[in-house]
Amino acid sequence: MSLGIVTPATLHFEAPLLLQSGAQLRDYTLAYETYGQLNAERSNAVLVCHALNASHHVAGLHAGPDGQALPKSEGWWDNMIGPGKPLDTNRFFVIGVNNPGSCFGSTGPTHTHPDTGKPYGADFPVVTVEDWVNAQARVLDALGITQLAAVLGGSLGGMQALSWTLQHPERVRHCVAVATAPNLSAQNIAFNEVARRAIVTDPDFHGGHFYEHGVLPRRGLRVARMIGHITYLSDDAMEAKFGRALVGRDIGDAPSYSTQDIEFQVESYLRHQGDKFSDYFDANTYLLITRALDYFDPARTHGGSLSAAMSKALAKFLIISFTTDWRFSPERSREIVKALVDNRHDVSYAEIDAPHGHDAFLLDDPRYHGVVRAYFERIASEVNTLKVTA
Amino acid sequence: MSAPTRTPTLMPANDFHRVIAELVPRGARVLDLGCGDGALLALLRDTRSCTGYGIELDDAKVQGCVTRGVNVIQRNLEEGLSIFDDNSFDVVLQLDTLQHLRNTEAMLRETARIGRIGLVSFPNFAHWPHRFSVLRGRMPVSRTLPYQWYDTPNIRVATFADFEALAGKNGLRITESFGWRGGHKVRLWPNLLASTAVFQFERA
Repeated sequence: MSLGIVTPATLHFEAPLLLQSGAQLRDYTLAYETYGQLNAERSNAVLVCHALNASHHVAGLHAGPDGQALPKSEGWWDNMIGPGKPLDTNRFFVIGVNNPGSCFGSTGPTHTHPDTGKPYGADFPVVTVEDWVNAQARVLDALGITQLAAVLGGSLGGMQALSWTLQHPERVRHCVAVATAPNLSAQNIAFNEVARRAIVTDPDFHGGHFYEHGVLPRRGLRVARMIGHITYLSDDAMEAKFGRALVGRDIGDAPSYSTQDIEFQVESYLRHQGDKFSDYFDANTYLLITRALDYFDPARTHGGSLSAAMSKALAKFLIISFTTDWRFSPERSREIVKALVDNRHDVSYAEIDAPHGHDAFLLDDPRYHGVVRAYFERIASEVNTLKVTA
Repeated sequence: MSAPTRTPTLMPANDFHRVIAELVPRGARVLDLGCGDGALLALLRDTRSCTGYGIELDDAKVQGCVTRGVNVIQRNLEEGLSIFDDNSFDVVLQLDTLQHLRNTEAMLRETARIGRIGLVSFPNFAHWPHRFSVLRGRMPVSRTLPYQWYDTPNIRVATFADFEALAGKNGLRITESFGWRGGHKVRLWPNLLASTAVFQFERA
C-alpha cells in the first residue's frame, strides 16, 4: 500500500552549523518529510538518508495545485517504505531530510548567500557526510527524538548511516547500510572527477555563478549524469536492456554511418537520462555531493584502520550488498563487516545475487526486501511500535 | 532460487541442537559455520548466553537468522574465513557442513585457528545399514544420507573412524565424541551403530 499524498515541511535554523572545513552555514533551512506516527516513548523513529540525486521525498506521492496526486511523484524509495512495506510506516515513524547543499528545498547553492544577497553558487561551503549527519541531528532535536530505532541508507546514504553510528553512537540503535562503502576507491573518485570536469568546463558554468548569467551548464550536467548512469548498471543489465540494438532500425540492418547521430539504443537512453537530469538538478550541487563522496573516509582519522574507527559504534548493523554492483562492490561491504566483527559488534550481512548492479538497492528484489523486512520486524519487536490498522 | 518476501515459519530447536548446546560453555563466543536458519545460535543465545555469528550461503536461511535476531554473515565457506582473526572465538561449530566442502581439511584447520574449541558433526558412512547397502553393491540412501550418488551435495563421505584419523593428522585433540541416532547418543561402537558422528576437539 502507498502512503498516498505526503507533504514536505521545513525547519529554519538561526544557529550556525559548524562544518568540517571550518566554515559555517548560517541562517539555513532544511526540508524534510515524515511518515507514520511517533510513539509515546519516541522510540520508533527511523531516519532515511538520501544518496546523490535524491531528496527528503522518500515515499508517498506529492500533490499538484489541484490537490490531486501528481503522476510519477512517488518518493525515491517508495517500494521500501510505506504501510505494510519492508519499513512499515504502520509501526515506524520515518523521517527523510534533504541535505544542505542539495537542490530540493534545503539551503543550497541556488539560495541567497546572507552576506552578499546573491545566490551562493560556487561560494556554497564544501559539505561532508559528517556535516550532513550533524544537520540531520538538528532536525531530530527539533522533532524531540533523542534516539533513533534505526538509521537507513543506500549508497551515499549508507555512508551517512555508518557515520551516524560514529558521530552520535548513543543516538542510534540500529544501522542498515545498503550498497555502500567505507570510502571511495581511486576508480570511484576518478569517475566523479570526470563528471565534475564535464560541468566546470561547460562554457555556461561561469565559475559556478551561472545563475547571474541566466544560463545553466546543461551540457556538463548531461555528461556527468551519463557517466554516473553507466556506473549504476551492471554490464549484464545494460546488455540485457539494450544489447547492440539500433534506434529506428532492426538488428542486422546497415548503420547510418554517422559519428554524431544517435545510433545505438544505449546512446539514446543515456542522452535521455542526461536531458532529464539537466532539467532538475543543480550543477553546483552535483559538484558538492560528489566531493562529499570523495572525502568520506572514517578510517582517515584512525591511522587508516576502519576497525579502529568502528570501535566507537554502539549500534547493531545490517549490511547489504549486491553481487553485480561494481561501483560499491561486495568487497567494500565485506570491509565494513570485518571492521564490525573485529569489534565484536552485532552485524548481519546479506549479499544479494541480483543482476542490476548498483541500482539494485532501489529495486524490489524479494530476497533483498525480505531481509530488510525481517530486520525491521525484529526492531519492531524491541520498541513499542504503534500497530495502526489502516 | 527461493524468493522469501514474508517471514517464513521457523522450526524450533530440536534434540540434537540441545545435545550440541550442552557441549558449548556458558557465555561462549560462537561462530557457527553453515548455521542454517539460526535455530542453534538462537538456542545458545537464549539458554547459554552465548554471542557470535553464523555463516550461511542460502538466501532464505539468512533471512531466517535475521528473523530470529541472530547475527549472520552471508558467505560461501569455500571462500575461506580470512575475515576472522586467530583465536577470535571460544567455539567454532561445523554441524552437518563438513561433508559439503571441497576443502574439508583446510576448513578443519581454519576452525582450529579461529576457535579454542571445535565442534563437528557429519553423517557416518560406516553406519551398519550403509555398510549393508555397499555390500549389496549399491551406495546407501538413508535418513542421514538421503540422496542418490549422482545428486548428493555430500561431496565428502567419511566415517566416525576416518575423522579420528584426520583430527590426529592435524594435531587436534578429541575431547569428546559420540554417535547420534534416533534422538539418542550412541556410545557403544559408534562407528557401526550411529548414523551421525559428533566430535569436540581442541588444538593439541
